Amino acid sequence: MQYTQVTDAQVSEMLETIGAESIEELFSPIPDKLRTKGDLNIPKGVSELELLRDTESLAGRNHATGELISFLGGGAYDHFIPTVVDAMSGQSELLTAYTPYQAEASQGVLQLFYEFQTMICELTGMDVANASLYEGASAAAEATLMAINITRRKRVVIAETAHPDTVSVLRTYLAQQDVELATVQVGEDGCIDSQSLSAKLNGETAAVIVQSPNFFGCIERIDRLIPMIHEHGALAIVSTDPIASGLLKPPGTFDADIVVGEGQALGIPLQYGGPYLGLLAAKEKYLRKMPGRVVGMTNDLDGRRGFCLALQTREQHIKRERATSNICTNQGLLAMRASIYLATMGKQGIAAVATQCFDKSHYAATSIAELDGYELAFDAPFFKEFTVRTTKSVDKLLSVCRDSGILGGVALSRFAMGLDDCFMVAVTEKRSKQEIDALVEMLGAI
Amino acid sequence: MTTTTTKREVGQTPPKQVAPPGRKPELKTKASYSTTGDHPLLFELGAPGLCGSGLPVSDVPNADRTTNLPVEMLATSLPALPEVGELDVVRHYKRLAHRCFSIDENFYPLGSCTMKYNPRINERVAFIPGLANLHPYQSDSDTQGMLELLYRLRCDLQEISGLPEVTLQPAAGAHGEMTALMIITAYHRSRGEHRTKVLAPDSAHGTNPASCAICGHKAVTVKSKPDGRVDLDDLRAKVDQDTAAFMITNPNTTGIFDEQIAEIAEIVHAKGAQLYLDGANMNAILGITRPGDFGVDCMHFNTHKTFSTPHGGGGPGAGPVGVAEHLRPFLPVPQVIENGNGSFAWCDDREKSIGKVRSFFGQVGVLVRAYAYIRSLGCDGLKDVSQKAVLNANYLAAKLKERFNLPFPGPYAHEFILIPDFAGDGVSENDVAKRLIDYGIHPPTMSWPIHHCLMIEPTETESKRTLDNFVDVMNKIADEVAENPSIVKNAPHTMPVRRLDEVAASRKPNVRWKA
Repeated sequence: MQYTQVTDAQVSEMLETIGAESIEELFSPIPDKLRTKGDLNIPKGVSELELLRDTESLAGRNHATGELISFLGGGAYDHFIPTVVDAMSGQSELLTAYTPYQAEASQGVLQLFYEFQTMICELTGMDVANASLYEGASAAAEATLMAINITRRKRVVIAETAHPDTVSVLRTYLAQQDVELATVQVGEDGCIDSQSLSAKLNGETAAVIVQSPNFFGCIERIDRLIPMIHEHGALAIVSTDPIASGLLKPPGTFDADIVVGEGQALGIPLQYGGPYLGLLAAKEKYLRKMPGRVVGMTNDLDGRRGFCLALQTREQHIKRERATSNICTNQGLLAMRASIYLATMGKQGIAAVATQCFDKSHYAATSIAELDGYELAFDAPFFKEFTVRTTKSVDKLLSVCRDSGILGGVALSRFAMGLDDCFMVAVTEKRSKQEIDALVEMLGAI
Repeated sequence: MTTTTTKREVGQTPPKQVAPPGRKPELKTKASYSTTGDHPLLFELGAPGLCGSGLPVSDVPNADRTTNLPVEMLATSLPALPEVGELDVVRHYKRLAHRCFSIDENFYPLGSCTMKYNPRINERVAFIPGLANLHPYQSDSDTQGMLELLYRLRCDLQEISGLPEVTLQPAAGAHGEMTALMIITAYHRSRGEHRTKVLAPDSAHGTNPASCAICGHKAVTVKSKPDGRVDLDDLRAKVDQDTAAFMITNPNTTGIFDEQIAEIAEIVHAKGAQLYLDGANMNAILGITRPGDFGVDCMHFNTHKTFSTPHGGGGPGAGPVGVAEHLRPFLPVPQVIENGNGSFAWCDDREKSIGKVRSFFGQVGVLVRAYAYIRSLGCDGLKDVSQKAVLNANYLAAKLKERFNLPFPGPYAHEFILIPDFAGDGVSENDVAKRLIDYGIHPPTMSWPIHHCLMIEPTETESKRTLDNFVDVMNKIADEVAENPSIVKNAPHTMPVRRLDEVAASRKPNVRWKA
């Protein structure tokens, strides 16, 4: 398959205009000794039909959610996606638009991102939000760099109740900086041990990163933790699940300084881990320290309402090494999906999703905890995911479930955190009572 | 000024539609609904109680909120999300779509951004359920097809770069640069060296110095010569034992393949520094020359440029990074591997790795599209891409230089620099760019890498007819400047809005709607 559309006759004509004998001549600046001799060791091109056969055959060797009933979570969730999300985000005017640097020719996507920012502010309870970052973990790392920049302090604390990838990515980013990273261990109840946190805080602490609902599904008492963090003049960065605000007060209510999150739950397919959607929202006073693109409302020469990229002097293409971040390409298409999802579900829909996640996960947890050999690993309240401890082999029971077409949960052994007898179960609004009962029955039979 | 009534007629000023923020838009005729004036925000549509989607009635008992949740955490009100019916949601996004330029509708000669056609088939492939609906924590045995796809892509990118190992983890070009600099830093540290400087030419993308800053390095600028090539004397003067890397884009942003590249590599390596290639301009050299063969130690790809994955109004991209042998131990985890028995897996086992740079396994959905593109084109098609990209650029340049100033001599790679010399008429490059919008052409990259310029990259997927039309339009604009410069200075005239007050948008930012 080729997507060029110049004929041989046109090539000759064009070369004549250029004054070159051959296309080859146009590559004369590349010294011969550096030229690739012969073809690359890549198969020759194929037709569309052959490509479909190839990729469908690869896909056929996978067993995806949909074919399997999924109780997997750990940061990526099988939520329902209304048809409108695919239909509207698939419009090629949106799909194939460039970054809206030319505002007059980009009012559609600019308005869309402005609406996205507004809805993220609503879901996080914050004043301002940007137009997206890569995904949840790097969003937490960007927020941390932002907090270091704001406070001019060189010490950061993260609770190990956060997603292990968030901790790992933050460690990778901070290894480049002259910044100390301290961790707070998981308490008995599955939440941050507040005494342990208190011991890690001091006047040098730039920020504390808390995830709630946390990796284990537990709801952290950010209403108590944030005042502790603020006592030391540190910033509170809360990583959250945007769906949770259909049931719980958003982090902004408790005076969080920066809120980040993984936005995958907002209408984005699982896609084996990406592309997802990094969310970042903050207090208004930190707007000029935020990373990433921000869209603002303004007026045109005739006083008409319009939109454009705002505060670009924070960004790399203007400020270069003094930019607030190096990010350029963001997750525009995923922010569009999230916007369309939120517009479609709306206020009532988000509440319904959150409530059903809560009810169904509690129904599942209660049923599993009644089985012999199973108990809830932690006492803390949870939202849509919970951690089960078992006397049985986790690997074996998950494999038995899988053989019956159920992805029963995420084994914590894969994270090497000393919880090898535990697995996490996520229950979204998509799971029916029948599916939950099937999981419970299977676990009981092992 | 023309007097026709078609809505897209160039030069026509639409009737004034003054609508201060927040007030109700006026009634519009059908023809102008999508494209003129402002359009209601989501929050101005709908009515309390409306919802665009429904869930099945819950079939489990309600869990008691007050016993299962701390009362202090329980929401007392819902987030003020829109309340709009499904049809109005659809119309809203349809109308927003009408208010965008896109590669499917417009020519986008946007230098260094490689706005080529995004083949439809790649979207179809990305949404095959067996690829799109995999959960990242499914077992390797359930994901063998995906792992093989990613492994094949990894091998293809290794072959294209001429480098022995590629990681698929970075999320975008800038993220790839950052990852690469982390790898280079880890390499120097492993040799007991703490090098603090990173050099880049003055024509480098802004992400280069910004990525240096994230990695705690000092960005140092190396001068370019008047012909756009690296000033080797300045490079020699600045590269030293404290230099971690020299970041180069080749072909560079003036559209020139810097044939000094082998010598540059020698100068850089002589001081123990690493040569990094910003792969933004790979579209000019696929199958023609390989970075690994011209002395590059480390590079990133931009899948959304070279391999045609859609831009989506700003992203997503993916930024795979390739490295030479000595940098392999430091690559991020996880890596997709072949087990030797025809099965595939993720491998975290890399003792000196810089760690994880992103959650899960990278921008997989984007990588699937890149795989589909590379497989479609194959070795023959990829080479044809670069040949036609370079042909198209040189053809456009040849036609445009009859009337415009092209400050750097050709032959060019896939892009070139043009300076519209209209300062005498008070017309800037920005005015020309805005006037192009009226002719349905997305403006080229502006005012960079040199002042007052346009950076023009037609890409290989455009037809001769489109290129000829662009030349005609540029000539027409030059005529307009001579005859009636105000039509250019006040452009665009055909968009839903006229020029926007970007200064006010930054001085008094309004970045969210408040009822």
